[in-house]
Amino acid sequence: MPRWGMVIDLDKCTACQACVVACHAENNIALISPEESAKGRTIHWIELIPHIEGEYPHIKARLIPRPCMHCDHPPCTKVCPVYATYLNEEGIVAQINHRCIGCRYCTTACPYTVKHFNWYEPKWPEEMKGSLNREVSLRTKGVVEKCTFCHHRLLKAKEKARAEGRDLLPDDYIPACVQACPSGAMSFGDLSDPFSTVSRLSRERRSFRLMEDLGTEPKVYYLSEGM
Amino acid sequence: MEEKNLKREEDGILFDPVERTGKFFYLVLSILVAVILWAVFAYQFQYRHGLGVTGLARPIFWGVYITNFVFFIGISHAGTLISAILRLAKAEWRRSITRSAEVITVLVLFFGVGNILMDLGRPDRMFNIIRYSQFQSPLLWDVSSITVYLTASSIYLFLPLIPDIALLRDRNGKRNWFYRILALGWTGTEKQHHLLERAISFMAILVIPVAVSVHTVVSFVFAMTIQPMWHSAIFGPYFVAGAIFSGIAALIVAMNIIRKVYHLEDYLRPVHFNNLGILLLVMTLLWFYFTFTEYLTTYYGGEPVHMTIFWMKFTGRFAPYFWAMFLFCFVIPLPILSLRRTRTPLGTLIASFSVIIGMWLERYVIVVPTLTNPRLPNEAVLYFPTWVEWSIFAGCISFFILLYMIFTKIFPIVSIWEVREGREKSIAEVQERIRTYLPGIGIE
Repeated sequence: MPRWGMVIDLDKCTACQACVVACHAENNIALISPEESAKGRTIHWIELIPHIEGEYPHIKARLIPRPCMHCDHPPCTKVCPVYATYLNEEGIVAQINHRCIGCRYCTTACPYTVKHFNWYEPKWPEEMKGSLNREVSLRTKGVVEKCTFCHHRLLKAKEKARAEGRDLLPDDYIPACVQACPSGAMSFGDLSDPFSTVSRLSRERRSFRLMEDLGTEPKVYYLSEGM
Repeated sequence: MEEKNLKREEDGILFDPVERTGKFFYLVLSILVAVILWAVFAYQFQYRHGLGVTGLARPIFWGVYITNFVFFIGISHAGTLISAILRLAKAEWRRSITRSAEVITVLVLFFGVGNILMDLGRPDRMFNIIRYSQFQSPLLWDVSSITVYLTASSIYLFLPLIPDIALLRDRNGKRNWFYRILALGWTGTEKQHHLLERAISFMAILVIPVAVSVHTVVSFVFAMTIQPMWHSAIFGPYFVAGAIFSGIAALIVAMNIIRKVYHLEDYLRPVHFNNLGILLLVMTLLWFYFTFTEYLTTYYGGEPVHMTIFWMKFTGRFAPYFWAMFLFCFVIPLPILSLRRTRTPLGTLIASFSVIIGMWLERYVIVVPTLTNPRLPNEAVLYFPTWVEWSIFAGCISFFILLYMIFTKIFPIVSIWEVREGREKSIAEVQERIRTYLPGIGIE
């Protein structure tokens, strides 16, 4: 059974936000008005968060792309009262939008604050409705959503492989953000395969994970010199 | 003590609220109904548009509704727990106050649960909690323990009501059919009394661990997560102590109002307020002890993620809330309750109001600051409740008062048979009991 994971090389990342844009288009993420956005109601399944070290004048700042960490010990799935979020057998923290009751316990329990809530019915301008991705279901108001590692792409890739009578190849399934990254800073693949790119990179000297001390065992690795 | 009202008819005044209803009642009733209707409007507005109409946002996903949930469940600890403890301790002064306490528990629980339901993004899917129960979630523990608590407290309220319902039935007043059914054929025989006493004692013992468990699991909703200043082992007892603290305060307020409105000065005497005042004083000190330990542990440890929140409460954005909490929970009630001279009905009323406000703030100061400062950097978002949240809060309080008022119109708010029993049997019983405690009184 594969264990899907991601590696983001911060030394290559230019913080161009192509991943953010690709994710929005791929996953039908609602457009939030500037007024609501100022209140903190935007939804981003991946976003760039500032990491600031030291104090002026010896200050070091960088932006870190943050998708869902897909933890092996996710604090969010434990607290969900209805199994609307759970760790599936391939290591993806899944989200069942049509079962979610909107209690927002998972959003408060997640130490990485990667979960988002639909404060209103999601809306798109009329002209954009035709370009919504048909493979990703639309959410309703009052439910939680978050990065799924583009799980729908996995389902599609599996089906295709089955139809062609072959095994799933490493390049068959990659999330939209990884695909869009122009500097090649993001890689995706099976962490349980010792020869896969992600597996190799995750064992590199530069590799670290966010807040490893919490014991959540994230499956998103970062690479950086001197961090 | 002058007993001016007793002469008219034995305990007649206790039947008065049930049998006579004045203009004042309807006036208050209509004001309350107006507030409730406004809250209903506010809720349907939220239901139609989504939770965006509240002040909530990421990362402050929980606000006033969750604060209210903890607050109301806390208030509910007055009744059943206090009444059960006093009954088991055979405190004779309990007789005229237990009923008014037990009613608070049962009624206020609905608003605790109601606030959780109103906080849901998809209330239409609330039965998923039963269909797809995930028992690892502390919310499910809440559902289970609150259900047990509500059932047990309702039985515990109903049992001592039976003889009083029978009294009402025998008076052949209005709603006779209703009392006939609820009286369950009570005739007051020796055997029935014996059975009732046994059932009440059993329930009194059962209800204590249940009540403690309820507020413990309410605290677990926060303590089980790894969020800074929530992930604390002290939260269980801290919440239980806070619950009893605010509960006693609510009871004192309710007793003060009943006493004035229904002229029950003979039944709810200064001694009752004095005794409850001492109890409230103990809880004030206990509250201080828990708060002190909780914050000292955080401060001494000095972990940065915790300290951000700590300073935000002490000197930062939440300092007004934090220090107001300290003022209302400790600084105001402490001197009032410490002095015998101010432990009067009015004095305890002021202290209790202060405690109730302070305890609401305490819950707010637990919920909101932690969520405002997540571990990873986030946009600075300020939470302030909107008119929708305030309206629903006002509606909950009004609805609670309304139900309480209606209860006093259907059932006697002071347990008549227990008062009579106290008058007829207790003196002999207490004498007997003292004989068993001490040597040299005669029997041995």
